Amino acid sequence: MKWEPVHRKNMRQNIDLEHGFVSIKTKGAQEAESASTAAPFLSVRGLSKHFGAFQALKAIDLDVARGEFICFLGPSGCGKTTLLRAIAGLDPQNAGSITLDGRDVSAAPPSARDFGIVFQSYALFPNLTIAENIGYGLVNRKAAKAVIAARVAELLALVGLSDQGMKYPVQLSGGQQQRVALARALATSPGLLLLDEPLSALDARVRLRLREEIRALQRRLGVTTIMVTHDQEEALSMAERIVVMNHGVIEQIGTPEMVYRQPKTAFVADFVGRMSFLDGEMQGKNRVMLAGQVFDCTDEAGLAPGTRVEAGLRPEAVQVRGVDAHAPNALMVEVEALEFLGSFCRATLTTPGITFLADFSANLMRDCAIGEGTRLPVLLPAEALRIFPARGEHA
Amino acid sequence: MSAGALSSPLAAKPRLFSEARIAGLLVLGLIGILVLIIGLPLWALLSKSVENHAGEFIGLANFAQYFSTPALVAALYNSLFVSALSTAIVVPLAFVYAYGLTRSRMPLRNLFMALALLPIFAPSLLAAISMIYLFGNQGFFKSWLMGGSIYGPLGIILSQVCSCFPHAVMIIATALRLADGRLYEVAEALGTSKRRVFFTITLPGARYGLISAAFVVFTLVITDFGIPKVIGGQFNVLATDAYKQIVGQQNFEMGAVVGLILLIPALLAFVVDQQVQKRQVAQLSARAVPYVAKPNKARDRALFCYCLLIGGILLAMLGVAIWASFIRYWPYNLSLTFANYAFENFEPGGWGPYITSLKMAGLAALFGTALVFSGAYLIEKTKGVSPLRRLAHGLAMLPMAVPGLVLGLGYVFFINAKGSVFGFLYGTLSLLVLNTIAHVYTVAHITAMTALKQIDPEFEAVSASLKVPFWKTFLRVTAPISLPAILDIAVYLFVNALTTISSVIFLYGASTKLASIAIVHMDEAGATAAAAAMATMIVLTAICAKALQVLLDRVVFARMQRWRVR
Repeated sequence: MKWEPVHRKNMRQNIDLEHGFVSIKTKGAQEAESASTAAPFLSVRGLSKHFGAFQALKAIDLDVARGEFICFLGPSGCGKTTLLRAIAGLDPQNAGSITLDGRDVSAAPPSARDFGIVFQSYALFPNLTIAENIGYGLVNRKAAKAVIAARVAELLALVGLSDQGMKYPVQLSGGQQQRVALARALATSPGLLLLDEPLSALDARVRLRLREEIRALQRRLGVTTIMVTHDQEEALSMAERIVVMNHGVIEQIGTPEMVYRQPKTAFVADFVGRMSFLDGEMQGKNRVMLAGQVFDCTDEAGLAPGTRVEAGLRPEAVQVRGVDAHAPNALMVEVEALEFLGSFCRATLTTPGITFLADFSANLMRDCAIGEGTRLPVLLPAEALRIFPARGEHA
Repeated sequence: MSAGALSSPLAAKPRLFSEARIAGLLVLGLIGILVLIIGLPLWALLSKSVENHAGEFIGLANFAQYFSTPALVAALYNSLFVSALSTAIVVPLAFVYAYGLTRSRMPLRNLFMALALLPIFAPSLLAAISMIYLFGNQGFFKSWLMGGSIYGPLGIILSQVCSCFPHAVMIIATALRLADGRLYEVAEALGTSKRRVFFTITLPGARYGLISAAFVVFTLVITDFGIPKVIGGQFNVLATDAYKQIVGQQNFEMGAVVGLILLIPALLAFVVDQQVQKRQVAQLSARAVPYVAKPNKARDRALFCYCLLIGGILLAMLGVAIWASFIRYWPYNLSLTFANYAFENFEPGGWGPYITSLKMAGLAALFGTALVFSGAYLIEKTKGVSPLRRLAHGLAMLPMAVPGLVLGLGYVFFINAKGSVFGFLYGTLSLLVLNTIAHVYTVAHITAMTALKQIDPEFEAVSASLKVPFWKTFLRVTAPISLPAILDIAVYLFVNALTTISSVIFLYGASTKLASIAIVHMDEAGATAAAAAMATMIVLTAICAKALQVLLDRVVFARMQRWRVR
């Protein structure tokens, strides 16, 4: 798990400039790296789950360090929610084990595990006030009334709803309701916080704000957190490590930077961020032929010459400024179409045999007077041309 | 750490009374109760039909004997004839009525809906009593029959049409409401004629409702006991035959055979209804937009007149019996009196049966609601023991397929079976309460399930994560949220307990005679006005219960359920 700081810095700029992501907290990621060498807080081994003939999870192995923020990311039906519910004990696994804080909880009912959970639907009890909702788990522990009231007040303050305690859930906005759900899940100070698509039901603006709030809260409390999401932006901006899942298996586990910059499979590359795939053939070590021209590339698997491959290329990696048309990895292309996306344009570039996407900032568009039909040289950096075995049909 | 280390020494052991075990035990308890009040009585009926007097197994000999007795087979034909004709009349009438309610802009649609539902609040035989007052030997309009007699198939069919009308309207109106308005807009955009729209969109859309309504009405008619008893005269049908075999001739085996024959159409209706419901739901996608009728003066006027006529007739059916109950001597002295309400002059128990009915209905509502709602909660919201929960759900759906008369017969055989430990229950109020709960279990169960399915399925997961046991969440959250549905179930049980005749006619004892049975007896003794008076009491009580429910819903719950309001 190593990456060069220079790349990371570049990447951050790219992300910040072109996608408007909120900043990635690299410090937390580093802490997580060092923590993961200690005994994991949560350990999943050989976890399988099937619904009838459908195999939802196939022998999942996963370690989560204490205090870590992990995202399960994948398309719907990939098994991410099934994995979360198995960890919670809500839908027990068919095989495999789960160890939580050194205790084997594989067969334990949910109430004998130690977690708080937040659902997409909020699942707030509609007939109880906000304060009663937050105190729901505390009342059962036979704590003194004053102690409960103090804890509820503390939690209300924590999620910024101090004056809303006497209201009912319907009287709050979606974002406020989800904060209450968060406070309720944290009330009993669980060791593990599970978030099942907590932001999906909210509108875009609220989602962005709550994203930052959840992350800040999690860092403050240091509670180990697992969040399920299908939104790659959410995962990239919040997680210390991302678990990318597809068809019941883990495709890749890594920091957001790793998953984005060094996707292990074409699926990960395609699902996280935008990527063009160019059909080609290996010519030698880190050499690939695309549309009759040989390019330097990054081939971590070291595929044999003659292998049919797909070269993945992020739109923002395509360089335009100061490109010498005869330099290695340079290519003459024509702008076939331009899609206006606000601060930048997404261009479809074509040359006989290949078509790929490139992101042009508004500045660049103005400086270079780029329009549809413009012919220009572009550079495809070797480290940005990532080689994957050919998959057959892809999107 | 090896894969699949399910039994490491640190594994949390399930406690003796873990939540999952308690839920499992409760589901087992629910199954036990349902088997006792539904499964075993049905089994007793089945086994009785293949036994002789001495209780020995004789195969299908009873059935052979039944079909070789001309008088008994005639009753079967009579029943089929009356049921088929009633169905053929009710379904088209109800379709037009329901069409008016759902697909027009005529005024007073809510009032017409209420009018259509009126007969539900009365015992079925009330319509027959009204028929007798209108067309009977002393009827106002006897001459209209031109020498024909109301006592027989004519009276049965007319009365059945009235008493089954609400059921048909409810089913068909539900089907018509499920229309996708977009389909009509597309048809209009394509320039389709109104006639073609009706035959290609409206009618196919409602066909499942029509099929379902036809089967339900057929079953209601063929298994109804009250109407043929009061107005059937010498015209024998299956339901009255079963009564004669059991009560008159103590021929339990032949009674069981008749009961089983009655079970066939009901079972068929049940199966058809299940299939139809599946398809009907599939018909409407989540993106459908409800159909809203456009104003059309000619259509609205025609439908208004139609609904006014039909609704008026239904009201009259109720009204004539109520009016007649206050008449001194029909039809010669029409002055008003309360004399017919002095029940001690007509019936040994006096007002006793009415009080017993209230007690029975109250107890059935109380215990039935608790059982049905908790049972539905266990089935819908707890985890684990899925096969058992499915079995419990299946048992809860079974009574829908069992006519009251058949269930009543089953109870008689079950209680009186050799070696039965339940013999002491015979004729007690507890038995009537149990029988009534079992009889109407399915509709109440479906109401509870519908309400529970609307509640966020994650409440139990949240409770578990907060280490709050599920029964606390049930009492603190689920039940309070479901109060309107719970009240609905209670009132449904109460009203049905008041109006039912066929399921309890074999089960009451000297001290537990119910008002509905008193009506049959007083009518039998010729005290028709007193019978009408008792029926009036039932109707008034049932309508009061319903009105109380509406009031509670609007006033008390609105205040209690402040949390529903934004």
